[in-house]
Amino acid sequence: MPMNFDSILGINEKALNMEAYRARILGANLANSDTPGYKARDIDFKAVLSEAKTGNRIEPLTVTNKMHIQPEADTFGTELMYRRPLQPSLDGNTVETQVEMAEFTENALHYLTSLRIINGRFNKILSAIRGE
Amino acid sequence: MSLFNLFDTAGSALHAQTIRLNTISSNLANANSASSSTGKTYRAREPVFAAIVDNFSTGEDAVKGVRVVGIVESQKPLRREYQPGNPLANKDGYVFMPNVNVVEEMANMISASRSYQTNVEVMNSAKQMLMRTLSMGQ
Repeated sequence: MPMNFDSILGINEKALNMEAYRARILGANLANSDTPGYKARDIDFKAVLSEAKTGNRIEPLTVTNKMHIQPEADTFGTELMYRRPLQPSLDGNTVETQVEMAEFTENALHYLTSLRIINGRFNKILSAIRGE
Repeated sequence: MSLFNLFDTAGSALHAQTIRLNTISSNLANANSASSSTGKTYRAREPVFAAIVDNFSTGEDAVKGVRVVGIVESQKPLRREYQPGNPLANKDGYVFMPNVNVVEEMANMISASRSYQTNVEVMNSAKQMLMRTLSMGQ
């Protein structure tokens, strides 16, 4: 059976990238928790995951002229969305620190989990190489 | 696209919150600085925050953090107090006190220090994630 790193790591490598990306979005939200008019953003993790699993993703619009409106930058085939606030504030800011912090912490744990799984896979290969 | 950018983002927030704390402490320190004319009286200051948005990229790199675009002085009316014994009093015996609301400033201070803590927490998480990533495969 042919073996390559893609088949060894499977979806975990993509998940790791995704989680690092999401950490940055949530970090930006937390940094702007006091900025008037700032809208909290996030991605639909489930949608991205199913895209990565099935491999069929929606291609972004093709731009034939640079003067045309550019499509959202291709970020794992998903677009950034706006969070719906539980309790909107008067200054137009939709960051709810407790919500964002919970998401951030959860995301960080997911990242560490993916990392541990990848580590496990590597260790498996190492022990196969050593023949222990 | 890397976790290192998270440090820049959280760092910009720490910087902004530090400026906010500085203006608050300045306001509190001058809460009772009397003056003889309205023009010279200290007015409460407040920083204005704005998101750092990169207009040339959408999506992933659009928001890079937060910055202070300026510091504005409060336009609330000054307090006029009758203190004829005060050496700064004008010919009618009045002094002008700053429009600093101490209670508001204290609440603001708590909010600023909580935001600061949150961003330090973000940095710590990012550091942990990076350190684990560096030790991958060991």
